[in-house]
Amino acid sequence: MGNEPRIGVYVCHCGSNIAGTVDTEAVTEFARSLEAVALARNYVFMCSEPGQEIIRNDIREAGLNRIVVAACSPTMHEITFRRVLEEAGINPYLIEIANIREHCSWVTEDRDLATEKAKALLGAAVRRVYYHQPLEARRVPFTPATLVVGGGIAGIQAALEIADAGDKVYLVEKEPSIGGHMIQLDKTFPTLDCSSCILTPKMTRVGSHPSIELLSYSQVEEVSGYIGNFKVKIRKKARYVDAEKCNGCGLCQEKCPIKTPSEFDAALGKRKAIYTPFAQAVPNTPVIDTGHCTYFLKGKCRLCEQVCEREAINFAQQDEIVDLEIGSIIMATGFGVFDPTPISRYGYGRLDNVITSLEFERLVSSSGPTGGEITLKDGAAPQSVAIVHCVGSRDKNYHEYCSRVCCMYALKYAHLIKEKLGAEVYNYYIDMRCFGKGYEEFYERISGEGTIFIRGKVGEVTDQAVSDEEKGKLVVVAEDTLLGVLTRVPVDMVILCVALEPPPDAEAVARLFNISRSADGFFLEKHPKLDPVATTTDGVFVVGCAQGPKDIPDTVAQASAAAARVLALISQGEVEIEAATAIVDERICSGCQLCIPICPYSAISFDEEKLVSRVNEALCKGCGACVGGCPSDAISLSHFTNEQIMAQMEGMLA
Amino acid sequence: MSPVTPLKEVADIINEEGGEALRLCYQCGTCTAACPWNRVRDFIVRRIMHQGQLGVTDFEDEAIWLCATCNNCVKLCPRGVEIIDIMRALRRVVTELGVAKVPDSLRLTIKNISGVGNPLGEPEDKRAEWAQDLEVKLYTEGTEILYFPCCIPEYDPSVQKVARATATILKKAGVDFGILGNRANCCGESVRKAGDEGVFQRLAQNNISTLTELGARKIIVSSPHCYHTFKNEYPALGGNFEVAHFTQYLLEIMKQGRLTLSKEINSKVAYHDPCYLGRHNDIYDEPREVLTSIPGLELVELPDHGENSLCCGGGGGRIWMETKSGQRFSDIRIEQALKLEADVLAVACPYCMLNFDDSVLTMDKGDVIKVRDIAELVAEAL
Repeated sequence: MGNEPRIGVYVCHCGSNIAGTVDTEAVTEFARSLEAVALARNYVFMCSEPGQEIIRNDIREAGLNRIVVAACSPTMHEITFRRVLEEAGINPYLIEIANIREHCSWVTEDRDLATEKAKALLGAAVRRVYYHQPLEARRVPFTPATLVVGGGIAGIQAALEIADAGDKVYLVEKEPSIGGHMIQLDKTFPTLDCSSCILTPKMTRVGSHPSIELLSYSQVEEVSGYIGNFKVKIRKKARYVDAEKCNGCGLCQEKCPIKTPSEFDAALGKRKAIYTPFAQAVPNTPVIDTGHCTYFLKGKCRLCEQVCEREAINFAQQDEIVDLEIGSIIMATGFGVFDPTPISRYGYGRLDNVITSLEFERLVSSSGPTGGEITLKDGAAPQSVAIVHCVGSRDKNYHEYCSRVCCMYALKYAHLIKEKLGAEVYNYYIDMRCFGKGYEEFYERISGEGTIFIRGKVGEVTDQAVSDEEKGKLVVVAEDTLLGVLTRVPVDMVILCVALEPPPDAEAVARLFNISRSADGFFLEKHPKLDPVATTTDGVFVVGCAQGPKDIPDTVAQASAAAARVLALISQGEVEIEAATAIVDERICSGCQLCIPICPYSAISFDEEKLVSRVNEALCKGCGACVGGCPSDAISLSHFTNEQIMAQMEGMLA
Repeated sequence: MSPVTPLKEVADIINEEGGEALRLCYQCGTCTAACPWNRVRDFIVRRIMHQGQLGVTDFEDEAIWLCATCNNCVKLCPRGVEIIDIMRALRRVVTELGVAKVPDSLRLTIKNISGVGNPLGEPEDKRAEWAQDLEVKLYTEGTEILYFPCCIPEYDPSVQKVARATATILKKAGVDFGILGNRANCCGESVRKAGDEGVFQRLAQNNISTLTELGARKIIVSSPHCYHTFKNEYPALGGNFEVAHFTQYLLEIMKQGRLTLSKEINSKVAYHDPCYLGRHNDIYDEPREVLTSIPGLELVELPDHGENSLCCGGGGGRIWMETKSGQRFSDIRIEQALKLEADVLAVACPYCMLNFDDSVLTMDKGDVIKVRDIAELVAEAL
């Protein structure tokens, strides 16, 4: 390879994505006029195999040693084209991508302006690539341990898949037990499997798996590092019960005199101040709720301590901080449920027997507060039930998205109510969305059971009777949009199918793990179709409802997909990181040490002998913060040198 | 039933007249369930939306003219469709393109407003007669407050007491204020909702240029409809004025200690939230605070109140159209107030007052309940 740059320019049509707006021929012609450009071509799809072959061939035949591809965003295909350079025998960093799609053709309809802008972007890339230097990608060891955040079905599935391959998993769950929302459900659609029957075997396996370390009642407090080399700080909250000594006999819970609403039973039932959330909890070690425990509030009681034969109660226990080294992270933090109180016309919280779907799940569950009997507040069995779809979903006033599971669980409720009570059931829907495998068949089955479907969004639930038959009932007011008439239906119970929404701490969690959220507040996947479980941060994956509302089959599929991605990383053993690193020019460095606190990766140290700063290349991520922060201009960043950036700007403005 | 073919041209016209939001409607029927008309007769709002989407609207149907623009459906619509704008667009098609007949009473009223600037068709130079013996001055530049009473309290003999009470209170509080006298025009709010954009634009321009010429800064209004227009519609036409509803201003001067209410009014008072004060402009608390600061007064809440308030039936030009007996929302409202055993139904809007007075009269309940504007009650408590 000669030292003189010989630049090849390739302008991509991207079908009509670019060529429909940008005059690619004119841009190619413009490229030929630029200094050091040896040849310029355009082609319909540069990323296709024939497109790549054109570049490889030109490098070999025409002796090119620099390449510019004017195409889509570098996040899309920079890696593809770097590989092309490598295959053709030149250093992969001798390429520059000019983004003339996302930054140009997609954002205007004006062909002349688009063509001019494409020329400017291309000119900048040509000037810049002139100064590119060969760089070597660095490979660092990949820590084979994985952190799974959240112990619902998503986290459980991901943890088991990875652990079954023999790799270490730390599963962090903030509640005292794993199980998540799924363990609160009674039956699951469309097969009507008992939710806890299919979930508890998996939970037990998590609890006893040699490769899984379960950190329940714990929360991640700090995350630093990068793919393959994350450092994580976890707070294990004090349970005040020694897990080593406790045998889960339950005597402490039985004797505890304090009762408080059970979160697990959606506040329909009670739990004690020392408790496990439910019978099959994993781990089966209780926790003391210091907000309700008499000893913690008033300094006396200690009844649990007296009855515990194994002396497992320890009021002096402290929170514990665990430091972990982690290769990849799977976010399985799940969802929250929409509080329908703000929709005052539905009367939730004001009218007895207007309940949410999650409350109904506990009511109908055999492990729930009524032992599975569907009852009204006064204990009587309802003779008619209205199920209201889309409460807080598909509604600009609350959440614009569809929660994707409500139509199906509403059908399940209709079945369970019919089966247990034979009561009249009214399903108020806007559109029935039964798209999964076996879902439409389930819809047909439930229709056949005699459920009444009214197409219309409920406007009001009221106890203001206008006739004798409405007296003492809840009256559901909605237009039956198929008949075009307003309907008033008196019922005993109203179930509000509330939206799935991001948990209240989603924003803080996203910040902690440095991942993005989409407009709806859920965590953002890297690509909605082609990279659905990765996030914008390498090495951090997202699964289940943390990414958006979804049902159990989709959640499990995503969890397994993320596990496969993690296992692929682990089996490679090391990970390639950016070649770009900061370099300190020791001749200029004054030793002021301003750069040291600026570095987010703690990669800069001070050489006490030479009195200069030094960058640890293995730790440096090439972010450039120190370059900007150095008052003497002594630090430069390879692949982002001043020379390269200035040339790029000159090219842009030429 | 004969088959229906969508008419794109008609749908396009509705869009052009301001009905574009129609495209977002997904036909859930929330609007129908929210609409007060369905308490007294069928009014399938959703169907009107869908007919508009397909361009198969029946412009001859009286349904076009029913909407009282109470905003209940808009507040609830899950797709954020400005249903009032759609209704206005349909009316504009009728008014501007003449594809059907505008109801007689409405046509006559708009003709009055267009000719003499007020719906009653009264001479312009009589606009300030209500204030003759009160020594209210004409607004001149530098005066602190411009009081804009609305045509109804200025001309309608049964509502003039509201303007008079307001002026009395302002004088008592020592407020430096003036009125426009015969230079005022109808604000145009209901004219616009009734579909006559041309007349609205003319009224608005007249008012804006008068107010600008006089250097008006702070405007106090008695009608929530005037409030809405000044606050939300005039700015787009170049009229930027500070505007407050009288109840808001009252609370302000009471808090400043410029006004004290000393006389007791030992009444049980139900307050009716006007649509254009409440749902359209989110003013719920000030009127209640004013009422509860009257000594002896017991405030009770009607079953539909606050953001769920039941419309009196007078918005959107309905005040000028005949509503059949048995179909008046105001009758239901009076019944609600009677059930609470309230002696007074307090209002803060001239249209509400007209409708409720009518209902009390036709229901023959004048001996048990009185309709009174908040200004009247406050004037009495001075």
